[in-house]
Formats: sequence, structure tokens, C-alpha cells
Amino acid sequence: MKLRLVLWGLGIALLVALPPLAIALGQTYYIDLVRRVLILSIAAISLNLILGYGGLVSFGHAAYLGIGAYSAGIMAFYGVSSGWLQWPLAVGASALVAAAIGAVSIRTSGIYFIMITLAFTQMLYYLGISLAEFGGDDGMRLKARSQFSGLIDLGNPVAFYYLALALMLLSVFLVYRIVNSRFGMVLRAAKSNDPRTRAIGFSPYFYRLAAFVLAGAMCGLAGALYANHTNYITPGLMSWQQSGDLMFMVILGGMASTAGPVIGTFALLVIEEVLKGWTEYWQVVLGPLLVLSVVFFKRGLAGMFYKPDA
Amino acid sequence: MLEVRGLTKQFGALRASDGIDFDVAEGETHAVIGPNGAGKTTFISQLAGNLRPDSGTVRFAGADITALPAPRRARLGLARSFQITSLYPDFSALHNVALAIQAHSGHSFRFWRDARSDPALIEPARKVLNEVGLSARVNVLAANLAHGEQRQLEMAMALATRPRLLLLDEPMAGMGTDESLRMIALLASLKRKHTIILVEHDMDAVFRLADRISVLVYGRVIATDTPEKIRRNEEVRQAYLGSEA
Repeated sequence: MKLRLVLWGLGIALLVALPPLAIALGQTYYIDLVRRVLILSIAAISLNLILGYGGLVSFGHAAYLGIGAYSAGIMAFYGVSSGWLQWPLAVGASALVAAAIGAVSIRTSGIYFIMITLAFTQMLYYLGISLAEFGGDDGMRLKARSQFSGLIDLGNPVAFYYLALALMLLSVFLVYRIVNSRFGMVLRAAKSNDPRTRAIGFSPYFYRLAAFVLAGAMCGLAGALYANHTNYITPGLMSWQQSGDLMFMVILGGMASTAGPVIGTFALLVIEEVLKGWTEYWQVVLGPLLVLSVVFFKRGLAGMFYKPDA
Repeated sequence: MLEVRGLTKQFGALRASDGIDFDVAEGETHAVIGPNGAGKTTFISQLAGNLRPDSGTVRFAGADITALPAPRRARLGLARSFQITSLYPDFSALHNVALAIQAHSGHSFRFWRDARSDPALIEPARKVLNEVGLSARVNVLAANLAHGEQRQLEMAMALATRPRLLLLDEPMAGMGTDESLRMIALLASLKRKHTIILVEHDMDAVFRLADRISVLVYGRVIATDTPEKIRRNEEVRQAYLGSEA
């Protein structure tokens, strides 16, 4: 327990120190890279809530990344650039869509759940492609970054970085509280042994649905951040490859662990970046690496730092 | 307390429950025995709500519960233990029981406070673990408990829901002699305090604990009576007890 707190402290200190270091060394590119990691970490953290703790293998979590991004993008397109409006809308729209998708999908389980979440997300992906007004297949440029009454300027890479960091840490804390609350215990119990959970008197459906909505909402926030990060929104954000990436971040980092999704996102994106620098065919190297990592780290990378407990 | 009428369940050509009538009075320990394949587990599953009968009714404490799903029945006070141990292997014994307590302390849409250190859940859970004799194993993961201890824990989880009726599906299954004796002692201590339906192969246990015994053969109840009379019943001896009695 102590060791884990020290590691968290160390990790946070490093993340806080990164921008001034990068500027001092003239490598501001790293601020951008890590900001992307931080934002996608939020998406992975939200997926971990349902995948890791709830056992809901959602193969369509990128949908909410897309809905969050498009919410911000479409509002900006119509001249509403206030982040105070955009971001809550991104979160709310994602929650609503998650409620609709979840209400149907959670009635199924196993392979059917995987396929149905994938199918819904593919529908949204093609919807994105068909929105000619918002760029269709090519996507669209974000008209203007979200405005926060001058409180924070997202055009300033360092300020934006610290906002992403703060929101990532907040997400970690939120999920940590949720999974250890009464609600979280039911969610984990239903994953561990569904018939037993029914036998003691819980109906898992609504607990799972609530978790699904929470995860969708949190991922929607990541989407709004991502739109501001890339300044560009494409349907590709909702592609099944993106959903797969998110799943991989969680599994690589360690399902049902607090730090797992963050570590997984860092590992995946940094390895990707390094390989891209070496060769055009980086995916050929990344694939086997990922297979090896899953074989050798059964509980994910985070599994190196702790023992499974109750 | 429990009133079953004409319960019928068909699997293909097999009639696993064939017009079962069955009553349990408040405070009674009612055993269900029968040879393998007699339909005991099918019967229990219909009582617990895991299986829907094709026809017939189940009334519990005056209300018709035939159409209620298992979680609703559990909340009404019908607790079941499983023939094949069914626990949360990755939770400690304490948290297994705490979850059962939580299931009966209002809704669980509480997202913030730590449930693992909540005295409203932990204290009653400790008490139940004491009652079943697991107080020394509170913090052991359920997966790491011995088989007999897992059965005790299973019992603790049923008790933790403060049931009005306990459905025990072969609580002695796979136990050694010592473990069985301990379980019999535990069940004896629960008798009278609880209404119990006991499905069990261990005849020693059944004849020591039951107030009444129903004999199930091919999905039919061929006799319901006191242990003494069941022992002497000719039809039962032929169908089941045979050489044993």
C-alpha cells in the first residue's frame, strides 16, 4: 500500500515537472505527446470501470470519444465556443447515447455483448462519415478552441497540458471511489459471480447500466478534450480500431487496477511513437510486442507493482 | 410459510417436476430426499426463481411468487445455498458476507463512501461469520478456503440475508466426516430459529435434522411424513432407501 502511494507521488511529480523540463531542453514536442496520452488515459480509465471492474467487454467505447469530440466540434461550427456549454453537452450527449446503447446491449452477455456494442459504434461511425456538412469522411477542423471565460487558454500548450493532467487525476480518483463504494462492490460482485449475486438479492442489470452510462460520460469528456488537442475531428475517432486501442490500453496496463489504464495508455502510445520513428512498418513490430506483453504480464503492467487482494 | 401446488417442469421428454405439492410450515425443517436424477435441484431452482415452472404455483408468506425472478424472491427473504459452491473467489470471506448484508440494507446506488470499511456492513458480517464458525478466517480469500470452510461461508451468505426461509441444496456435498459433523451441528443450531428446506444425500443428517421428509422420485413426491414414518414406509424403501435403511 505504502509503495503504491510512493509510486503515485513519483509519477505525478514527473508529470508535473514535464512541461518546464521539455521547454528547458527545447523539446516541446513531448508536451504534446504526453497531453495526448493524458487525454486518452481518461478514455481508458472510463473503459476500465466497465471492462475491468464490471466485466462488460465493450468493443465500442470509442463511440463516446467521437460523440464528445463531435459535440464540441459541432457547437463550435455553429459559433458556440464556450467550453462551459460545450463540455457539459459532450458529457451529457455521451451519457444519453450510452444509456440507449447500454439498455439494449446489457441484456446480452459474452460474445453477443461484444458484437452488439461494436455494431452500435459502427453505426455511429458511418453516421459520422455521412455527415457531409461536418466534413464527412475527411472530418472537420475545430473552428475555435473551447473558451473558458478567459480562465484558461487551451491555445497555450502548457496550460492545456495541466488541465488534461488535472482531469486525468480527477478521473482516477472518481473511479477509485466508485469501485470501492457499495455500488462498485455490486458491480464487481456481478462480474465475479452473477448467479450468486442474484441469489443474494441484487438485480445486476441496473448497476451495470449505471456503470455503462458513467463510463460513457467520462469518455465523452475525453472526446471534448481530444477535439481541442488535435484541433480536428474525424469519424476515425469512432472506428473499431480506436475501440480496440482503448481496450488494449486497459488490458495491457492491467484490468481492474487503479493505475492500469494510465500505465497502459502510456506504454502503448510511447511504444507506438518510438517504433514510428524507426520504421514505416511499425505495426509489424508492435503486434508481436503486444502479444508478448499479454503472455508475460497476465495482470497487466500494473500487476508488477501489487499483489491481488480482496 | 411456503405452499407449492401442482408444480410441473418439462425438459424435452423428461418431466423433472411432475405435479409437485409441497408445504413448509413456519419454523419447520423440511428435508427433500430422492435418488440421483429425481429432480431435486430442478425443484429447488423453481423455488429460488432460477427456473420458471411450466405450470403450478409457488406461494411464499401468503403471496404468489411464481412469476418473480430470483433477486426479488431473495429480497422477500428466500435465501438459497448452492449445491456446487458459489462464492466470490476473489473477495475475502468477510467481503463475501458483507455483500450479502449489503443486498438487504437498502439500494446500493451509493457511489462515494468506501463500502469495505463501512461498519454497517462489516460488523454484521463478522457476526454471521462467527455464527458459522469462520471467525478465524475472516480475511482469507474465498478461493483459498478449504472445501468445508467454503460450504460454511456459503451458509453464512445465506444467513446474512436474514432469510425467512433457507433453501439448502446439499450443504454437505463433498465433505469429509469431520466437516459433515460440524455442518450438522451448525444446522442443528439454526433449526427452529429458521425455516429450512434441506436437500441432502447424507441420510444421517436428514434423519437427525428434519421434522418432516418429502421423498421425490421421478419428479413426483411419493411420500411426505415424519422421519420415523418415512423410515418404515414400504414404497419409499423400495424406491430409494433400499439396502441403506
